[in-house]
Amino acid sequence: MAAVATCGTGVGSTGSMVAATSKNNVTSFQRKGPRASGTDSGCSRLVSIAGTRPSVRNGQLLVSTGLPALDQLLGGGLAVGTVLLIEEDKYNIYSSLLFKYFLAEGIINGHTLLVASAKEDPADILQELPAPLLDDNYKKDFDEDVCNHQTPDSNIKMKIAWRYQLLPKIESGPVSSSRFGHYYDASKRMPQELIEASKWHGFFFPEKLSSTLNIEPCSLTHGYRKLLQFIQKVIYEEGFDGSNPQKKQKNILRIGIQNLGSTLWGDDICCTENCDNSHSLTKFLYVLRGLLRTSLSACIITMPTHLIQNKAIIARVTNLSDTVVGLESFIGSERETNPLYKDYHGLIHIRQIPRLNNLIYDVSDVKDLAFKLKRKLFTIERLHLPPDLSDTVSRSSKQDLAESSKLLGPGCGMMAGGKQHLDF
Amino acid sequence: MFPELNNLLNITPDRAEQGKLTLLCGAKTDGSFLVHHFLSFYLKANCKVCFVALIQSFSHYNIVGQKLGVSLTAARERGQLVFLEGLKSSVDVFFRAQAEPHPLQFLREADAGNLQPLYEFVREALKPVDDGQAAWRCPVLLVDDLSVLLSLGLGAVAVLDFIHYCRVAVCWERKGNIVALVHDSGDGEDEENDILLNGLSHQSHLILRAEGLATGFCRDVHGQLRILWRTPSQPTAQRDGSLTYQYKIQDKSVSFFAKGMSPAVL
Repeated sequence: MAAVATCGTGVGSTGSMVAATSKNNVTSFQRKGPRASGTDSGCSRLVSIAGTRPSVRNGQLLVSTGLPALDQLLGGGLAVGTVLLIEEDKYNIYSSLLFKYFLAEGIINGHTLLVASAKEDPADILQELPAPLLDDNYKKDFDEDVCNHQTPDSNIKMKIAWRYQLLPKIESGPVSSSRFGHYYDASKRMPQELIEASKWHGFFFPEKLSSTLNIEPCSLTHGYRKLLQFIQKVIYEEGFDGSNPQKKQKNILRIGIQNLGSTLWGDDICCTENCDNSHSLTKFLYVLRGLLRTSLSACIITMPTHLIQNKAIIARVTNLSDTVVGLESFIGSERETNPLYKDYHGLIHIRQIPRLNNLIYDVSDVKDLAFKLKRKLFTIERLHLPPDLSDTVSRSSKQDLAESSKLLGPGCGMMAGGKQHLDF
Repeated sequence: MFPELNNLLNITPDRAEQGKLTLLCGAKTDGSFLVHHFLSFYLKANCKVCFVALIQSFSHYNIVGQKLGVSLTAARERGQLVFLEGLKSSVDVFFRAQAEPHPLQFLREADAGNLQPLYEFVREALKPVDDGQAAWRCPVLLVDDLSVLLSLGLGAVAVLDFIHYCRVAVCWERKGNIVALVHDSGDGEDEENDILLNGLSHQSHLILRAEGLATGFCRDVHGQLRILWRTPSQPTAQRDGSLTYQYKIQDKSVSFFAKGMSPAVL
């Protein structure tokens, strides 16, 4: 692994070779970098693409989601060729923020963007992207943000609470000179020149409604069909699936689809329980995943799962996606005034992480995660329930603790859903 | 192939049984390690395998297979493995109109179709080839997984019909085996899936059910495997045998141990 460190944090072919040989396989381990079988058939060298890095575990090519804390929880980043499904919070505040972080990360890294929405014009979405925190500016801003917060500084050894030093630390501060994963200032906008220098394709569904199409009866909703055709056209024409051999520089296509499944796309799963075309969304996800697996692209989808009436569809959608993250914000719920959660804005549940090219996967030990949006940073932290100190506190909060442990139980990952919580 | 699982099931690649339907069920957890086990097991047992892989790409199974000691590319080249890659074919079927019926033709259809083209594909793939080549031992159909077919617009009855036709063609006519994976979401939310699961459970000879622990997530014990042997033709003849083990998935193998006997605890 020393060779990986010396060649920097960028992706290098030597890095992946070290990773491959360190697995001590008897057979020559031909590792395909990106999933595109057309581009890398028989080639074991990893192409270096800006903004990507190979996974430590299996050499899978990863891109950053725009939030280094989330990257760490997902095992280093989002694998190229997979879908990240974000289950929206109730008022779609924080999920749209994650969506914008993903797109902003693409602009900073020079990736091509494809933004699809039925609610907002993609050009407007791009205008609202957060500005990146660059190395020189952030340091002093960050320091004043965390002046009264425990900074995980490994130089300071804890003398009294030394057990806490062994707890896993979640990435909560900007790392200098990291080309993978940047921090963004949600209060400022992305500079106009960066947006104009980037390459992006927009799909605004109301605009495409009017155009005629040779409709072959298919159980996909009109909106999903047009979107799939648009994505396939972009992938094919720009050569992300290796079909265009003149492409000199390989690049990643970042696809962002907002509010998939909502009524604005013409789908009625959010309206009724017995819908006419209940397979439309799942078919769309399947074909989309087929497109992604055969091209150098990564996709983020936000879906209002709290509106979907038919629970079976949510289970099917989860099975058809690779990585699923659920957001639950405290706004409007009784938790907002609960003293247990006063430091946080919501809970984040990592519902599913894919096992790619492997029997096992990176699963974080920390299952109770909460997020908060500070003045400039979106941080994800381990949820610490404060100790019960007085009688009155315990009586009211025990109820909440029982509720929250029931909540955290199913959130305990894809390995098991525990119904009985241990009572000692 | 996991040697410990072979011991539990009392099978070896030399003595593979024939004419059996094995049902793999992942109840709220990922049962794909069982698919990798059976794929490498039957390839090592020198059987002709038709793998209908609807969930992941070929390179995924290939890389895991290499860790388990089989090479899927080599097997495909020598004709031992017929691989239908669902994800890649779905793109072809969906965007380009095909001349002849494609196995995944139902993706283009508006109403609930049937799986007849897929059945024809399987039958064609497992046809005995008698042109002097090395004869494979017995044909095996492996499907990963059947619950996805429900998400793609087919009804539970259509999938059950498909399995029935395949059983006649593979298990009865050619004395081969079928291994299929079904998800179980639990809680009775997905009625179609429950119909499919119950229907298949009554037809299968061996059921491997991977579930999570009832108490939640544990780093050292990833879940519990229930093995149930059945004789579908004589439902009340003898008591079906059943065993329960807990397992932990590692990088290249899965270790099984009796309940409560995890090495981390002892």
